[in-house]
Amino acid sequence: MTVHDVRLENVTKQFAEVTAVDDMSLDVESGKFYAFLGPSGCGKTTTLRMIGGFEEPTEGTIYLGDRTVTGLPPYKRDVNTVFQSYALFPHLTVFENVAFGLRRRGVKKQLLRGQVDEMLRIVGLEGYGGRRPKQLSGGQQQRVALARALVNRPRVLLLDEPLGALDLKLRKEMQLELKRIQHEMGFTFIHVTHDQEEAMTMADRIVVMNRGRIEQLGDPAELYERPRTAFVASFLGVSNLLPGVVAGPELVRLESGQELRVAAGVLNGHTGAVSVGIRPEKVRIGGDGANRLAGQIVERAYVGVSTQYVVKTDVGQVSVYVQGAGAHVPGEQLQLSFDPESAFVVSRSEEDRP
Amino acid sequence: MRWVRRHVLTAYAVLALAYLFLPIAVVVAFSFNNPKGRFNFTWSGFTWKNWENPFAFPGIGPALRVSIELALLSSLIATVLGTLIALALVRYRFRGSATTNMLIFIPMTTPEVVMGASLLTLFVNWRIAQGFGTILIAHILFNISYVVVTVRARLVGFDRHLEEAAMDLGANEWVTFLRVTLPLIMPGILAAGLLAFALSIDDFVITYFNAGATTTFPLFVWGAARVATPPQINVIGTAIFVVAVTGMLANILFQNYRARKGAVLA
Repeated sequence: MTVHDVRLENVTKQFAEVTAVDDMSLDVESGKFYAFLGPSGCGKTTTLRMIGGFEEPTEGTIYLGDRTVTGLPPYKRDVNTVFQSYALFPHLTVFENVAFGLRRRGVKKQLLRGQVDEMLRIVGLEGYGGRRPKQLSGGQQQRVALARALVNRPRVLLLDEPLGALDLKLRKEMQLELKRIQHEMGFTFIHVTHDQEEAMTMADRIVVMNRGRIEQLGDPAELYERPRTAFVASFLGVSNLLPGVVAGPELVRLESGQELRVAAGVLNGHTGAVSVGIRPEKVRIGGDGANRLAGQIVERAYVGVSTQYVVKTDVGQVSVYVQGAGAHVPGEQLQLSFDPESAFVVSRSEEDRP
Repeated sequence: MRWVRRHVLTAYAVLALAYLFLPIAVVVAFSFNNPKGRFNFTWSGFTWKNWENPFAFPGIGPALRVSIELALLSSLIATVLGTLIALALVRYRFRGSATTNMLIFIPMTTPEVVMGASLLTLFVNWRIAQGFGTILIAHILFNISYVVVTVRARLVGFDRHLEEAAMDLGANEWVTFLRVTLPLIMPGILAAGLLAFALSIDDFVITYFNAGATTTFPLFVWGAARVATPPQINVIGTAIFVVAVTGMLANILFQNYRARKGAVLA
């Protein structure tokens, strides 16, 4: 049986006129790394703050384990937060920052020193205990914030875009570091981010949010290969969306009249107006895929690991990524193809647009 | 030309400082004067005598004592009340908070004469006898504004996430205030307290209106000046100045010490 660490039941949060989170329900599985992913204003941070106890839901219930925590202050919840601004106490040393939670729980002095030192070692800050937060670099402060939260061994660790302030190289390092620490300690992590690559790199489960609702929940591969909405398809990576209508159990007719085959089951439940989605790297130039499109190259960009083409077809522009340096040039007429198995289908109603 | 350019700022600074410090230097110097008559206006010889007997002039000791008591009490009460007002103003949006934010400046901008006179009118109408109590009320009143403004400045830049972090780590509201909020705004509170003390101990105008038969040190000096200016006035003036400067320096040193202390302990 799966253990649930956090459970949201029909949670809604309204700020004056704005509905930040709209009737959201979610079970967070124990020991997994979750990412709340979405554009700014999608409600991901508000959701995190409600789990942490910094905001109260307007409606609905939040459970930690079996316990209802709705209405409880943050200090009565078995979760800890790593804040976006780190929020390290400037008047305390690194050691005292990390020890803050343990002291509140009355941990004995001898035990406390050992636990704090151990945690500083895990985050790679051995020997930094006597420093002040201001004497540390951004990346080191980040690690202190992490240690300060983790040392309390919370049921769930909440991370509110903590990597946003770091430069790209450091951010990549910290992403892997966070994943390592999560594996090492085995707690449930909930990480809020607007960076799809970050979410893909770190998370076991991604909760894609839009306008206060969950668009789709799944593991990274599932979301990438089989996005269920146009929003998810374009928020996670790049997608070509070709508008059409359902014309059969494995068939979509595009606006040009051309028909595309899709894998069995992909159309499940979809009727009427849909879009066939295909990732740029799944489209081949030439090739023998069952679905074919004719077009002309309008743009070519070489980005080292791949060459990216924009091809104008009679069903719209299609992005194509080819590994390495591609030989084709703008103006060239060519044939594109892709396999039905690589395509996905999303419904085409207005509110699904990102 | 280059010499002038390089030294003009120095010269300007020296002149400005001389302008500021000359009166103080005169006060200090004349505390060592050995005046011929009752007035301490012309230099007539150095002596330790005044410093050996600072309270030799009748009435000066009790007056000083009243002033110190007033300054301590009024700055303490004003600092506590003013800090609470500042916290409320910065932290909460309540009905009338914007108005209060503006009104708090009014006691600072009102002419002291007007404030003193209207307070007297109020006390007379309410049949409150003038004396230590009325002076205390008056001093707390004008001190609160200064405390609110000083503490508010410190609170405005305060990162609320620090308090959220404290609560997240298991501290309830009270512990959060004691362990995080208060230590971080303490420099502002101490500065406000010192300012209030300094404002109270040398206030003359408002005190004069509401003192009744009570004599504070400034009132004593004013009264005495009509018949005599004993050098003891300079002695006590100098002493107050030294205490004030020491207090300020101590505050600065204390902040620096606190900044270093943690680094040494952990």
